[in-house]
Amino acid sequence: MPDDMNQIKGGVHQAVAHDSAARHVSGSAIYVDDIPEPRDLLHAYMGMSDRAHARIKKLDLSEVEAAPGVVSVLSARDIVGENDISPAHTKDEPVFAAEVTEFVGQPLFVVGAETRDQARRAARLAKVDYAELPAITDLDAALAKKATVAPPQELKRGNAAAAIEAAPHRLSGRIRTGGQEHFYLEGQIAMALPGEGDEMRVFSSTQHPSEVQQSVARVLGLADNMVTVETRRMGGAFGGKESQPSLFATVAAMVARDAGRPAKIRPDRDDDMIMTGKRHDFIIDYEVGFDNAGRILGVDYKLASNCGYSADLSAAINGRALFHLDNCYYLPAARMKALPLKTNRPSNTAFRGFGGPQGMAAGERVIDEIAFALGLDPLEVRKRNLYGVGERNETPYGQIVEDNVIPEIIGELEKSADYAARRREIAGFNEKSPYLKKGIALTPVKFGIAFTARHLNQAGALVHVYTDGSIHLNHGGTEMGQGLMTKVAQVVAEEFQVDLEHVVVSAARTDKVPNTSPTAASSGSDLNGKAAQLAARQIKDRLTAFAAEHYEVSADSIEFLPNRVRVGNQEIPFPDLVQQAYMARISLSAAGFYKTPKIHFDFETGQGRPFFYYAYGAAVSEVTIDTLTGEYRVDRVDILHDVGRSLNPALDLGQIEGGFIQGMGWVTSEELVWSDDGRLLTHAPSTYKIPTCGDRPRDFRINLLEGAANREDTIYASKAVGEPPLMLALSVLHALSDAVASVGRHKTCPRLDLPATPEVILAAVARVRGEAQDD
Amino acid sequence: MAINVSLSVNGQAVSRDVQPNRLLVDFLREELGLTGTHVGCDTSQCGACTIHLDGLPVKSCTMLVVQADGARITTIEGLAPDGDGGDLHPMQEAFRQNHGLQCGFCTPGMVMAGIGIAQRHGLPSNDVIRAELDGNFCRCTGYHNIVKSIAAGAKAMAMTGAKTVAETGGE
Ligand code: FES
Ligand code: FES
Repeated sequence: MPDDMNQIKGGVHQAVAHDSAARHVSGSAIYVDDIPEPRDLLHAYMGMSDRAHARIKKLDLSEVEAAPGVVSVLSARDIVGENDISPAHTKDEPVFAAEVTEFVGQPLFVVGAETRDQARRAARLAKVDYAELPAITDLDAALAKKATVAPPQELKRGNAAAAIEAAPHRLSGRIRTGGQEHFYLEGQIAMALPGEGDEMRVFSSTQHPSEVQQSVARVLGLADNMVTVETRRMGGAFGGKESQPSLFATVAAMVARDAGRPAKIRPDRDDDMIMTGKRHDFIIDYEVGFDNAGRILGVDYKLASNCGYSADLSAAINGRALFHLDNCYYLPAARMKALPLKTNRPSNTAFRGFGGPQGMAAGERVIDEIAFALGLDPLEVRKRNLYGVGERNETPYGQIVEDNVIPEIIGELEKSADYAARRREIAGFNEKSPYLKKGIALTPVKFGIAFTARHLNQAGALVHVYTDGSIHLNHGGTEMGQGLMTKVAQVVAEEFQVDLEHVVVSAARTDKVPNTSPTAASSGSDLNGKAAQLAARQIKDRLTAFAAEHYEVSADSIEFLPNRVRVGNQEIPFPDLVQQAYMARISLSAAGFYKTPKIHFDFETGQGRPFFYYAYGAAVSEVTIDTLTGEYRVDRVDILHDVGRSLNPALDLGQIEGGFIQGMGWVTSEELVWSDDGRLLTHAPSTYKIPTCGDRPRDFRINLLEGAANREDTIYASKAVGEPPLMLALSVLHALSDAVASVGRHKTCPRLDLPATPEVILAAVARVRGEAQDD
Repeated sequence: MAINVSLSVNGQAVSRDVQPNRLLVDFLREELGLTGTHVGCDTSQCGACTIHLDGLPVKSCTMLVVQADGARITTIEGLAPDGDGGDLHPMQEAFRQNHGLQCGFCTPGMVMAGIGIAQRHGLPSNDVIRAELDGNFCRCTGYHNIVKSIAAGAKAMAMTGAKTVAETGGE
C-alpha cells in the first residue's frame, strides 16, 4: 500500500513545517506593511506628549496643519465617539490626552499626510503649553504614594502570620524584577480603508482583532458591525500586540474617516518603544517560616507592580503573579497581596507569562534563601517543597494539583543533565580558579493554563469543504510565528483524514469568526484547535449520515481512512464523496464553538479552579562569571519540558527554545533605563540589549517529556506551550547566583535582582565577598 | 531635486529619478514593490533589511539609493525567481527544512546574511556562524535552527555551486 493510504501527511503529532515557511524564506509572506498600497493612501503619524504629568494648557496645531502635504490633523476634540481604548473598559485610557498628559510619549494628536516623511515632520510642529504636575516616575515612588490603577488583590490559605511566627526558622527579604520591551521584530502597524457608507476595514498587526474592531467602532461612534478587522500574520507579538494595537488602528481609522481616504500608520521603532507598554516591573517583599529540613511552613508575599498610567490588563497580570508565587511548591499557609500601582509611564501590559514570571522569580528566591540559611543544595530544598501526588497538593487558591509530573521531570533531568557530578566538578573548578567562577542550578516551572478571566476561554472556527474536496479553515486565533495556523490545520486534516496540503487557513477576520478572544495565555491551539475539531466533526457527521443513506449501509460501517472513506465494502476517494454529498444537497460548511470546561474562580474568596490544567518543565543551567568584570556566559542548558502529546514537536521545540532565550533576556541583559523625569532612555536596540546569536548557551539540549498525554480532554491530549518555557530561564539567574555565592563560600545568598546584568553581578560579587570576610 | 540612478536589481536594469535622501530600503519596497526586504529597527541594528550589494550583505535601511548608483543588488525575491514554493536557493531551502523561522520577519535578512557567511567562509563552523550573525536579530527563535539552517545551506551551496542572481549578473 502506498504511504498516503496508511497515514495522512501532516496530521497531528507530526513535525511538519510552519505553513508559511516557503513564503517566509522567499520573501512573499505578506505583513501589513507589505499589502499593496491603495491609491490615495495617506500616512499617519502621532504627536506625543513631552511631559510625564502635566496639564495641557494649550495645544496649538496651526503649524502642523500648514505643513506640506498635510491633509488631516485630529486631536481629542475631533473624536466623534468615545475617547477611550481601555481594553478592560476601565475608561482610563484615552486615544489622545485631552486635558492632562500622564506619560512622556502619550499621543496628543494624529496627522495624516501624503507621505510618511511629511507626516513625521509635521507631527513635530505642534506647540504645546504645559503646566507641570507632580509625577510618579518609578516604582519606589509609587510604592510610597500607593496610588493604584486597580483594586489590590489578595490570596490566602490558613494563618500565615501564625505559621511564620511558630516556625523554627524565619527570614525576610525583597526581590526586584525589571520590565521588558517586547521588541517584536515587526513594529506596531495598521492600515484602515473606508468602505461604503460608514464601513471601515482595518488591517492590523494584532493578537486581538475583536478588540481592535470594538475600539475602532467606539472611537468612531459606530456599531461594531461597521468595522471589519483582518490579521493574516504578525512579525512577532509576545503580548505586546494584545491591547496595544488598538491605538494605532484607531488613529488610522480616524484619519481614513476624516479624509475619506485609506490611511496607514507605522511608528518608527524608537517611537514604538517610547509609546507602548512593556512587562511590569515588580518589587516583591517576602517573609517565610520554615523547618529544619527547609520545608516552608508559612509565607507572606507583598507584591508591588508598576502598571504605568492606566489599568490596561494590570488587574489580571497581578492576579496571575499571585497564582504563580507557589510555582511547584506546597505552601501550607500563605498570605499574598498585590498592589497594582500607578506611575507616569506608558501603561504596562501583557508580556509572555503575564505576571507569572515575576511571581515565580519571587517564589524561587525564597527557596534560594532557605537553602543558604540552612547550608543545603538549593535543589534539595526545591525537592523537599514540591507539591505531592495525592497529598500536599492544594494550591493557596484552592485548586488541587491533579496532574503533577514535576517530581518525574526533575528526577529525569537531574540524571540526563548529570547534575550531581557537574556540581562537584564545578566546586572543584571554583577551588582552583581565582577569577572565573562557575555556577549551576536546576529550577522547575508549573504554569496554569486558561485565561483567568473566565469569559475569554471560548473560541469559534469555521470550516468549509468545497466540492473538489479542498478545505478552507478560519478561526479566531491569530498567527504571530508560533505556528497556530499550522497546528489547527493539522487538527482539521486529522479529522477528515486528508493530507495537510488540502487544508488552507485564512487570515483571522472579525466578519468570519466574531467575538473572539485574544490569542494569548498560551491557549491558541487549545481553544481554536477544539473549535475547529468541533466544526469538522459536524461536517463529517453529515457526510457519514449521507453515505449511510445513499449506499444503504449502517453508519458504523463508514470510516474516514487516509484520503478516502470506507463505505461498507467499498472505498471512495474523499473528494468523490464530497461531490456526491453536494449533489444530494448536504451542507458542507460548519461553525464550531468551544468553551473550556471545569474552570471557575471566586474573586471574593480567592478560591476556585482558575486553570484547566498545568504545564510543567525544568531546566539546568551552567554559567561562568568573570569576578573581575561581572561579565558572564551561559555554558550549557538542559531542558525537559512537558507539552502533553505534542501536536507538532518541531513547533513546540521552537517555542521552548525561543521562550527560554527571551526569558534569558529578561533575567540577564534586557534593562530598561528611565530618566528621573519619566523618559525612556533605552528606546532603541542600540541601548536595549535583546539576546543575539552569540548569547545563546554554548551547549543547549532540549527534550520533550515522553508519554505525557494531558490528563484533561484537550486537543489530541496536547498541552499549551507558548509561555511556560520563558520561566525556565530562571535557572540562568540561579546559576549566576550560585557562581556569585562561591566567592563567599556559599554562606551568603547573593539575592540577585533581575536583570542580573554584569554590573549587578559585579556588585554582588563585591558584597558577597565582603560579607564573607566580615564573619 | 531628483537625481537619476541606474542600478541592477535582481538581474533587471532599473533607472529612476530619486530624491537624494531616499533610503534604499524604501526604494526597494515602495517603488519596486520588493516587500520581502523588511524594516525592523530603522537604525542598522536588526538586519531584517539585509540585501546583497555587489555580492556583499548590507543593511538597506541605512543606505541611500544614490549610494547604490551603478551597483548590482539582490534581494530575497531575486534568490527564488519562482517565489512561493518554487525553485528555492539552497539557503532558502535549508531555512525551510530546518524550521529556521517562526514569525518569519527576520527570515529574509537571515537568509541574505547566511549566504554572505557561506560565501566568505565556505563551510563555516557553528562558532563562526554565531559570531557573524551578531548583526541579525531574531526575537522568536533561540537562533538554534537558524544556525543549523545556515550550516546546512552553506553545505548545499558548496555542493551545488549555487550563485545568486547578482553574481551571475542575471544570466
Ligand atoms: S531595519 Fe535595517 S537593520 Fe533593522
Ligand atoms: S522568526 Fe520572528 S524574528 Fe525571527
